[in-house]
Amino acid sequence: MARFILDRVFSIALTLAAVVTLTFFMMHTVPGGPFAQDKEVPPEVLRALEAKYHLDEPLYLQYVNYVKGLLVWDLGPSFQKIGVSVNDIIKQSMPASAKLGAVAFVFVLLVGIPAGIYSAVRRDSLPDQAIRFVATLGQTIPSFVLATLLIYVFSSKLKIFPTFGLRTWKHFVLPSIALGGYSLSFVTRLVRSSMLEALGQDYIMTARAKGVPEFQVFFKHALRNSLIPVVTYIGPLIATVVTGSFVVEKVFAIPGMGKFFVDSITNRDYTVLMGLTILDAILLCAAVLIVDLLYGLIDPRIRVGK
Amino acid sequence: MTDRVRWDPLPPELQASEKIVRPSMTYLQDAWRRFRKNPAAMLGLTMVSVIVLLALIGPAVSSHSYWEQDLDRTNEPPSAAYIFGTDSLGRDLFVRVMTGGRISLLISFIATFVSCAIGVVYGGFAGYAGGRADNVMMRVVDIIWTIPLMLYAILLMVWLGTGLHNILIAITLVYWVNMARIVRGQVMNLKEQEFVLAALVQGAGSWRILTRHLIPNSMGPILVTATMMIPGAVFTESFLSFIGLGISAPLASWGSLCSDALGALRPYPYQLFFPAIFICATMLGFNFVGDGMRDALDPRLRK
Repeated sequence: MARFILDRVFSIALTLAAVVTLTFFMMHTVPGGPFAQDKEVPPEVLRALEAKYHLDEPLYLQYVNYVKGLLVWDLGPSFQKIGVSVNDIIKQSMPASAKLGAVAFVFVLLVGIPAGIYSAVRRDSLPDQAIRFVATLGQTIPSFVLATLLIYVFSSKLKIFPTFGLRTWKHFVLPSIALGGYSLSFVTRLVRSSMLEALGQDYIMTARAKGVPEFQVFFKHALRNSLIPVVTYIGPLIATVVTGSFVVEKVFAIPGMGKFFVDSITNRDYTVLMGLTILDAILLCAAVLIVDLLYGLIDPRIRVGK
Repeated sequence: MTDRVRWDPLPPELQASEKIVRPSMTYLQDAWRRFRKNPAAMLGLTMVSVIVLLALIGPAVSSHSYWEQDLDRTNEPPSAAYIFGTDSLGRDLFVRVMTGGRISLLISFIATFVSCAIGVVYGGFAGYAGGRADNVMMRVVDIIWTIPLMLYAILLMVWLGTGLHNILIAITLVYWVNMARIVRGQVMNLKEQEFVLAALVQGAGSWRILTRHLIPNSMGPILVTATMMIPGAVFTESFLSFIGLGISAPLASWGSLCSDALGALRPYPYQLFFPAIFICATMLGFNFVGDGMRDALDPRLRK
């Protein structure tokens, strides 16, 4: 077990190192540079700016300094917003993203898992067909289309929900649906298919032959055994959903990390772009690690390194 | 008693019974036969064909062009002259959606094809070589796999700059990983089987075994993965164009058309509706085809 964890941690450290190195060198070799603007910047101003942000130092030295900063979680200053550090931006934008992400995540689980179970248990019934239809459709609609459609129908036409911001619970409804729509469809289909697979196993027949009530067959025998692929998917989902969506936050004007990410692309604010990328990667890797460890808890058959 | 066996030619009416009635079927013929019986798959194929045809001939048969502006007729709703209406610069939306389809589909087809080629070679080599080479190669794949695909594509686009070629490069660099994993898994399974040993005994070299035996035998999963990659690439492309990292005007793709429509969503919702419906239909069509192919190409599902 210890060896397995060590191996996983090593692998994740390697991944993060690769992400940091790759993003650093990519962002520092972008043609144009961070201070290229429409109007000509005087060379002495440019030099002063570069000196201020240590961009006049050799690249390897900048890299070493950046990594040193990373180790104490100092992501450096923003190139565009004077006096604001990337840490400030994350501190300021993460709560909105995290809140919305948490709501969307709970929504996906509370709707997706029951819908999938119902669909599998009442296979080929009318509700099952309806659920499958909606889930297939949900996977084909890009989030930006879903988000704009929701705004158009529920905010502009029906005026039930507000368009932007995150002040009351009503503000959460539309962005959560837009953010979770695709995952919801995916989770529903995943639960359905893995439930069906579990229901076809011999131990289900054994349980039924022993006279175990149907309710217990479904929830104790089948559901528990069909959770593995679901956990594999929802682990990384937490990480992605909590760090914010580029599109949903842009469309609903939510001041979260996704919006800052998109802004930093258009503003060429490379330190912000790097910092947010690295934070995303760290959260995602942590989620993957946790899922790997959870496998053993859910399914004793794959208890690692016994 | 010697019972002499006499061998007479079969009478002609019995000769027919010795014939194999049906011509033998190749793997693909057999798969096609099963694919045809699947209504969802055929519906998907029809949808995809119609969309591809429209994108191919749509701009040619229309009397407008995708860049031609008519500032007297901006934001017109759908009418006989403009089937899908016009956009904020008076450009015909039908032609723009069709031209956008050309770009979106072209990008996704080429990106899928190239990333498949890379993935098959890379995964095939890693799976066949095994051992340390496989370990190192798959570590690289794992690293890329862990980074969220969108982040990686966005960084690449920022690095490379916008434009058609760069979207292609970005999507290809992101997508080959998936194919490499699948091919590696297939090859690892197949290489232990007897027909590979037989080929080895007959003196076939590694290259020949890989290209003539292992890869053709993993064609099923490769084709299915490739079919599923196409809508994924359409998705990625439209997403990149939507956040302003893709195709730039006057060229259009489905994603950039959606993005353009966003500003005037309230008064002119049809400008979003048309490109969006094409994205969804393409996704749906390819997903149906992919599902159908998975069932048709899997010999274990034969009834």
